[in-house]
Amino acid sequence: MSSSIQSQGTAEVHPDVLLVEQARRGDMDAFEKLVRQYERQVFRIAQHIVQNREDAEDVVQDAFLKAYEKLDQFQGNSKFYTWLVRIAVNEALMRLRKRRTGRMVSIDEDVETEEGSMPRDLADWGPDPEALYGQSEMAEILRKTIQGLPPGFRVVFVLRDVEGLSTEETAESLGLSIPAVKSRLLRARLQLRERLARYFRKGSRGKAQDGVK
Amino acid sequence: MTCTEFLQKLDEMLDPAIAGPLRAELQQHLHCCEHCEITLNTTRKTIEIYRKHELYELPDDLRERLHQAILAKCRACGK
Repeated sequence: MSSSIQSQGTAEVHPDVLLVEQARRGDMDAFEKLVRQYERQVFRIAQHIVQNREDAEDVVQDAFLKAYEKLDQFQGNSKFYTWLVRIAVNEALMRLRKRRTGRMVSIDEDVETEEGSMPRDLADWGPDPEALYGQSEMAEILRKTIQGLPPGFRVVFVLRDVEGLSTEETAESLGLSIPAVKSRLLRARLQLRERLARYFRKGSRGKAQDGVK
Repeated sequence: MTCTEFLQKLDEMLDPAIAGPLRAELQQHLHCCEHCEITLNTTRKTIEIYRKHELYELPDDLRERLHQAILAKCRACGK
């Protein structure tokens, strides 16, 4: 009972805040814990954006290095992870830009498309669409499908639905407004379901298997 | 409620924490609109499938290599 009384009125401090404080004072072990905690997620997000492993590796290294160099700028009014994701997304977009030799790449690219703003495919899916495909075939379908989305939709879907960030955290990570995140999320979800329908709709098995190849 | 209005609230419908009059209104639309019911169910399934399948797993050996490279860069930056 006494512990619950003591905790009353005390704002809960995220464990990362302490690690950031220690890292700022030069404690490399504390920073290493942060790296260990988030390297997988940052790698996944980076690879979803840049779409190849070598670039994703570079993005992860550069993002953590930049975070380390800028630790003093971390204000603590957002989560460390959200702040880190913002750095990683910017690094990934920069990497894409380099690869496309000067062509501008931003999270606003291609988002004006009307594609997928209303569902067109209205056929229901089978009860267990995943059972139609083997594990690696399914992964290939999912990769191919998500890679077809414009980067500005893809990154919102990945942060919100795959990585589980809240709408507010996604907005903060991407420097977008909450309505912009909601609108892009809806379009991303509808486009993905529309594209997956050809593999998963009832009776689609033979046709879809041809499509994977 | 029209289908367009329902779609605008799809996120709320997918969020189990949303209850009360809004959910009731959305449910009411679903009862009389098969298309929106299919859209809702297949969108939910889309999210579930992507969440479940790890598309870009970081293998342990690569993770270790990356981890060491990150720390070496940070130490070398002289901060």
